[in-house]
Amino acid sequence: MVTITNLHKKFGKNEVLRGVDLNIDQGGIFAILGPNGSGKTTLIKCILGMVLPDAGSISVFDKNIKKNPDYRHKIDYLPQIANFPGNLKVRELIKMIKDLRKPTTEDTRLIELFKLEPFLDKKLGNLSGGTKQKVNIVLTFMFDSPLIILDEPTTGLDPMSLIRLKELIHQEKNKGKTILITSHIMGFVEEVSNEIVFILEGNIYFKGTIPELKEKTGQPDFEHAIASILKENHA
Amino acid sequence: MLKILKYSFFDLMRSRWSYVYFAFYLLLGVTLLFLNSDLSKAVITLMNVIIILIPLIGTIFGVMYYYNSKEFTELLLAQPLKRSSIFLGQYFGVAGSLSLSLILGLGIPFVFYGLLNSDAMGEFFLLMATGVSLTFIFTALAFNIALYNENRIKGFGMAILVWLFLAIIYDGIFLMTLTLFSDYPLDKLSLIGSVLNPIDLSRILILLKLDISALMGYTGAIFKQFFGTNWGLAVSTAMMALWVVIPIVGIVLKSKKKDF
Repeated sequence: MVTITNLHKKFGKNEVLRGVDLNIDQGGIFAILGPNGSGKTTLIKCILGMVLPDAGSISVFDKNIKKNPDYRHKIDYLPQIANFPGNLKVRELIKMIKDLRKPTTEDTRLIELFKLEPFLDKKLGNLSGGTKQKVNIVLTFMFDSPLIILDEPTTGLDPMSLIRLKELIHQEKNKGKTILITSHIMGFVEEVSNEIVFILEGNIYFKGTIPELKEKTGQPDFEHAIASILKENHA
Repeated sequence: MLKILKYSFFDLMRSRWSYVYFAFYLLLGVTLLFLNSDLSKAVITLMNVIIILIPLIGTIFGVMYYYNSKEFTELLLAQPLKRSSIFLGQYFGVAGSLSLSLILGLGIPFVFYGLLNSDAMGEFFLLMATGVSLTFIFTALAFNIALYNENRIKGFGMAILVWLFLAIIYDGIFLMTLTLFSDYPLDKLSLIGSVLNPIDLSRILILLKLDISALMGYTGAIFKQFFGTNWGLAVSTAMMALWVVIPIVGIVLKSKKKDF
């Protein structure tokens, strides 16, 4: 599904990715973990073509992304920080994105799921962080694409919305989709993901299932396993 | 690209600044015609205002729009859209709405005054054409500056400098060169010098059209000889077109190479 070989990226003197090799198969939920500044978002943005790598190659759906820009139509992406034009209304924004991408009717179901009806005629500048994140989630999930990339999807969500988000992610997975998630909420990651990819200082430190990680670190639970990796590496 | 242009354009049409800009031209047009019964003279005064003001508004507004619409741009970048169409759409939206403010703001008073039946029609159209070209040129320059500078203070500073250079400093250097080397034949040099700067080029095109080149003495005669011919007209049109096309190509190239 996604194949990354020897990916390098520098921002000025800051070497963010140092030869990442990663292979993500079709179907399932993959969590990309790592401490702050380890290169998770950069990696995701490289897959999306928003950041151009210095070296290495990326293939999505078995095609090199450099030569085939059309692959983006098959990806739904949830950006980390929901920055929207403040003077647009929620309804207008959803309409605009549909107009720019493709028509869909999924939005009505998602708006209902996240109880966004009362906010449809409010301007995005006046919404709280959590509500903006819900709008962000609606915009991402309303297109039925085979690959979904979620960058910190839980930010600002209340417990009820978090449960709904988890259900939504499970439904999408059951449709056979591939989902990439980054998150710092270990409980969330443990609950939803099938496999984790741990990035440390611009390299893949570990890739495998959670039981494998526990075994490798000799820790009884997931949170401590992650903490022990970080401690060992002084991150 | 057209869809993004549409959204940028309507977003700007709803903004206060487009109306301020439109109202300014409307007021300028009405005042000039009210104080001055001679259309030709009104056109000259307008030219003096327009030639300095349009580049200033174009650069400042272009840079401001780019930085202020960062959120909109981020949202668009997260969608499967081509980068060049995102930025070109925004660029044409800004340049288009500025041009519309100019054309409507000045056009309305002049049409009411009876422009359509007067012989100043050609001059007025030339004025509008150069005004629109200058808007497209300087907005494109502004987008380039903003794309290269993440820091908005730096971006604004550089935009002002570019405007200052092309609108004022360039002429200063140009005049100084002419005085310093006044012992040599300078007609070719002065011709080349004024063709290279879009502001100077616009000014000369309008002055020549107004038939007051005699005021410029010998140089005026040479200019008339050059710009009056079809070849001269072709060269100056091509030059203006280049000034629009090169920065637009710059926007496309830089947006393709940038990390977001």
